[in-house]
Amino acid sequence: MAIGFIIVGVLLLVVTIAAANIYIERRLLSLWQDRRGPNRAGPFGFLQVPADMIKIFLKEDWIPPFADKAVFVLAPTIVMLSILFSFALVPFAPGFQVVDSNIALLFFLANSSLAVYSIVLSGWASNNKYAMIGAMRGTAQMISYEVFMGLSLMGVVMISGGTFSLREIVEAQRGMWNVVPQFVGFCIFMIAAVAESHRAPFDLPESEGELVAGFHTEYSGIKFGMFFVGEYLGITLISAMIVTLFFGGWLGPAFLPPFFWFMLKTFAFIAFIILLRAALPRPRYDQFLGVGWKILLPLTLLNVLITAGILLARG
Amino acid sequence: MLSILRSIWITFTHAFRKRETRDYPEKAPFLPARYRARIILTRDPEGKERCVACNLCAVACPTDCISLQATEDETGRRYPEFFRINFSRCIFCGYCEDACPTNAIQLTPDFEMAEYYRKNLVYEKENLLISGPGKYHDYNFYKNAGIEIGGKKKGEGLNEEPPIDVRDLMN
Amino acid sequence: MSILFLISAVVAVFSTAMVITRHNAVHALIYMVISFIAASVMFYTLGAPYAAVLEIIVYAGAIMVFFVFVVMMLNMSVSPEDEKRATGIKSWIFPIILTLVLIADFVYAFIQGTPQTNMVKVIDAKRVGVSMFTTYLLMAELAGILLLVAIVGAYHLGRAPKRNIHRYLQNEQTQK
Repeated sequence: MAIGFIIVGVLLLVVTIAAANIYIERRLLSLWQDRRGPNRAGPFGFLQVPADMIKIFLKEDWIPPFADKAVFVLAPTIVMLSILFSFALVPFAPGFQVVDSNIALLFFLANSSLAVYSIVLSGWASNNKYAMIGAMRGTAQMISYEVFMGLSLMGVVMISGGTFSLREIVEAQRGMWNVVPQFVGFCIFMIAAVAESHRAPFDLPESEGELVAGFHTEYSGIKFGMFFVGEYLGITLISAMIVTLFFGGWLGPAFLPPFFWFMLKTFAFIAFIILLRAALPRPRYDQFLGVGWKILLPLTLLNVLITAGILLARG
Repeated sequence: MLSILRSIWITFTHAFRKRETRDYPEKAPFLPARYRARIILTRDPEGKERCVACNLCAVACPTDCISLQATEDETGRRYPEFFRINFSRCIFCGYCEDACPTNAIQLTPDFEMAEYYRKNLVYEKENLLISGPGKYHDYNFYKNAGIEIGGKKKGEGLNEEPPIDVRDLMN
Repeated sequence: MSILFLISAVVAVFSTAMVITRHNAVHALIYMVISFIAASVMFYTLGAPYAAVLEIIVYAGAIMVFFVFVVMMLNMSVSPEDEKRATGIKSWIFPIILTLVLIADFVYAFIQGTPQTNMVKVIDAKRVGVSMFTTYLLMAELAGILLLVAIVGAYHLGRAPKRNIHRYLQNEQTQK
């Protein structure tokens, strides 16, 4: 019974945060671009999100006649599902976690690798050349960045005593947050995670300047909404994972409850990811993949090697 | 690498700068008196229509949005029978104001003329005509013109001497 | 055996059957991904969580994506002659014999009675790693060498061809 409440609680919380992110992102982007942002609907524009939702629900749900209908409908659900599954493992606070598994971290990586299908299949099913190019870019980007996203976390696993359980990783950070000994790992994970959730500046699969809207060019109505919310769920997830793995999760001074600390840190990282979008231009496709394989991958391997060496030397 | 961090930081500092956005409906923007927006037809100081229906404005109009028809009253004073401006075509260029010989047609800083129906943007003479003289308070075309109309004989205008019969001069 | 295992086994068999009956190659590959996921659930219920997750990360997540990718790029269409050849009895007889042998194997194994499969013993990542680098070290090294060969081969195939530039044009190229 208790697990049921937690599942419903986590689901509601996460979807609410994802919806709020739409508003937060628009306000923050406008803040950094010397604008005011949405402020018409309701006080400070709070009702902008419900307004957008109503609009997107009522829009015509159009499937192009040249599309592969079954796959076209399947694709947007994958991104939502794979990200929501990963949230089952996030320890929001002690006891407020759906599952504490000893393969939690690997499950997160597995789900993020399944999210690629959403892009590949939507691009292919749309039967549109821009969507196809977007899908191609998305696949290459996500597969290559997935490799060292996993590897960059191995340092964290090692210094947390070889556990994949997120709760134990948080507990292991009581003395010191992992970001201090694993700063390189943090930087690489940050880059890889932003690339993995194909957010600007790494939104090469979408790159609206070149590819109309990339893989979701043909999508409209609620299916587009699923990609849209999936993206915001994605940044919520990677912020939560960064906080859990590198910034001590729910740990913090006792004057605030643990859940509050977790949320505070998560929102700080959501804001940082939005800042990245506001500040940085999109790299060229081949340069982006080149940096991944030629710089970040060796750096990650070096990080794993040095961490393991130090741990061995200490005994 | 450093430049990336620098641009992130600079973008962050923009959070504390002045907004570029103008809060238009709440705060009215400053518009100078010679701002070119809604077109009006003015009256002379006596309260009569200035427009003499010369059609120069309609000719000058690059979008052909002005249409009017001239007529005369019993004293010989010309005025437009109808005067129509289609504001859905008007580009507020102000050429009509330049062309007007009697200062009748003028542009004002009032720009809030949005409508839900396109036909409502066609303004008739009664919508265009205001009760005052607009930007030129003292100007009265018929006082300057030599033409004889009701209430003004020849030679009664400004800077005008009584008419002289040239054939009498040598007598 | 748990009910979860049975469900995922049925899903795996069904989706694998769908793989070989689909005309559309991408649809077949989607079913194949589903069968991989089902297989991963089976691994999990058999007490190998690490293998289960690796199955998804490596097979479903990486390798199958490339399959889908390549099939999309090739944009294959089957000609009627190919289809005729594929449906003839000649092309079926050998796989049928192989399958019959496999089925006989399974039946024999079931009749013999399997050792207690209810005793699920969880094998975690550490034990997989330890056995990989002690008992099966040679295998791991050989597999690594095989992958290295594949990488070298891929590099060789994907290398940009050397361009021979006429000596009159070389200056132009360098100036650019």
